[in-house]
Amino acid sequence: MSHSRFDDPDKLVDTDRGFVSREIFVDPDLYKEELEKVFTRAWLFIGHESLIPKPGDFYTTRMGEESVILCRDKQGIVHAFLNSCRHRGMKVCRYESGNTSLFTCPYHSWTYTTDGKLQGVPHFRTLYEGLDREANSLVSVAKLAIYKGTIWATWDKDAPDFITYLGDAKIHLDQALDCRDGRSGGSEVIGVHKWIFPANWKFAAENFLGDTYHNPSHRSVDLIGIGPSAAAGKKGRRDDELEKAQHVWISFPEGHGVHSAIQPEENEYIESFLDNPVLEQYFRHCFEERKRRLGEQARLLPFVGTIFPNTSYHGRQPRGLCAWHPHSPTSTEGWRFFLVDADAPQEAKDYLRRYYMRYSGPAGMTEQDDMENWLYATAASMGTVARRYPFNYQQSLGAWTKDHHLGGTVSLQITEEIARGYYARWKSYLRGAAWDELLGVGGNLPQRAAE
Amino acid sequence: MAAVLETNAPSPTGSAGLHRTDAYYRLRADIEEFLYSEAELLDERRFRDWLTLLTDDISYFMPIRRNVKFGQHGERENTRTGIGISWFDEDKWTLTKRVDQILTGVHFAEEPLSRVCHMVSNVQIKKVLPSLDDPREVEARCRFLIYQNRVEYETYTFVGKRTDVLRMTDDGWKIARREIILDQNVLLAKNLSVFF
Ligand code: FES
Ligand SMILES: [Fe+2]
Repeated sequence: MSHSRFDDPDKLVDTDRGFVSREIFVDPDLYKEELEKVFTRAWLFIGHESLIPKPGDFYTTRMGEESVILCRDKQGIVHAFLNSCRHRGMKVCRYESGNTSLFTCPYHSWTYTTDGKLQGVPHFRTLYEGLDREANSLVSVAKLAIYKGTIWATWDKDAPDFITYLGDAKIHLDQALDCRDGRSGGSEVIGVHKWIFPANWKFAAENFLGDTYHNPSHRSVDLIGIGPSAAAGKKGRRDDELEKAQHVWISFPEGHGVHSAIQPEENEYIESFLDNPVLEQYFRHCFEERKRRLGEQARLLPFVGTIFPNTSYHGRQPRGLCAWHPHSPTSTEGWRFFLVDADAPQEAKDYLRRYYMRYSGPAGMTEQDDMENWLYATAASMGTVARRYPFNYQQSLGAWTKDHHLGGTVSLQITEEIARGYYARWKSYLRGAAWDELLGVGGNLPQRAAE
Repeated sequence: MAAVLETNAPSPTGSAGLHRTDAYYRLRADIEEFLYSEAELLDERRFRDWLTLLTDDISYFMPIRRNVKFGQHGERENTRTGIGISWFDEDKWTLTKRVDQILTGVHFAEEPLSRVCHMVSNVQIKKVLPSLDDPREVEARCRFLIYQNRVEYETYTFVGKRTDVLRMTDDGWKIARREIILDQNVLLAKNLSVFF
């Protein structure tokens, strides 16, 4: 970070003692470094196959601050390109989604095919003799991966393949992407929220890194009860399907972190969706079916997690994936993709979408309170004096084990160990570390590897 | 007399084609009065009283609006009620929950309470059942401008169109359907914690 006034990342993030500088949540120079060193290297979630099922289908997405076209070409191959013309940079696509055979730039009418190749150049023969069309294709991502319907990309040609990047976090993300009855994959996106909130993007990412400790901020919604059994008299914002389970908070060396749960050996179904008998039956059936299909492995249930750096998931209710797109040090564009099993009964889909809407996002009774916290935490950290005092990340310091079948660094109590691991890894990216270090190869603790 | 008749002849406006008769203007004034009183209740934070203005079968809907190609607006611009994800696609139960939540005093997105000002304008009656002379159910369209100020420096302005279906009951007009067309694509606010 030689160009920054923060030349020593260890002064910003001290995971051994449990401190993280407020500067990393507000400073414009550090923000710029993040865009250059994190968002151009890490694998980013950019969409879902169900958004572009047919050849020629496109969906306009984002990577970091930049607009990206996700497109299925005429052969059915999925691509992702920077949404910027190679001539003067005009956005070649300003629709959110659709189907096309060409992207025509509004400025001077260069056209690009669905595989990103430059095709039409007005007055080509008279004005552009010898133009290298291949070299003037839309800028493609370096790597793209489709995993159980979700689409991910990176700008770094040296990045490891996506599965390697996921590491041991994979089976947790799987639970968000697999069918409720245990079949692999099979999800579809039923809608996308997009909204801007004035907070640093890492507040949102960290929220899903198993910040179970912030539960009190949801007291209002827990008091009134909005879950799928609320009308049947259950308080709380969701059914507690994990009430008998052993919760686990896991920090993975790649910077990912999850909060999952392991059911007791009997792995009995916990009543849920009591407000609708059809759903109650359906989810009970899914639970038993999943148990039958997965056996012992069915004991692992997902809750929430963040795949480094900015993709979060909710694996149960309300199920979905979020991308926290940076807009500025102090503003973020949240995109939430709501997921259901594509072959779920219509009644289940309809019930779930209603539940997702009342829970999630800017109109969601739960998440409104999250956004309030992130805004004022960011705003109050801007001050000259405030910036001298780092945030405290000492919760459950040292209370973890690496001797667990789930891998990673496992805590059995509410912990900020995941956040510490995440920021240690963030520090490695800012230092421009090699991929071995970014993946934690060698089995080092994230904080050690980062030193 | 023919000339007089002609001047008095009701003139249809817009596709709804309701004639601008005295009965129309009387009804419109009545509906405007209702909408203003409703805005007053919300701005005065009388949320429980506001709930009494909603029929038990109310549909309260705010679509997400998308950037689509010319010619596809009718079909694809707005998300639909009953399908997929919108900003709001709610019934009385959820709206009541929203009020309950604010009244807990610990709904931090509305604690301390926002200062909110609802402006309603451009009111037009689009449909009347069974007739202008005996209005039992009315479809009214209007524009809204809602100003929200939170805590110290947070301000949001929500501007758009609304189509309301109002039903005459023993207790006067009630809102049976509300479609809120917010003129934004990416929501330019951290929250939608106000009522529309
Ligand atoms: S900017 Fe696209 S053709 Fe000129
Ligand atoms: Fe939360």
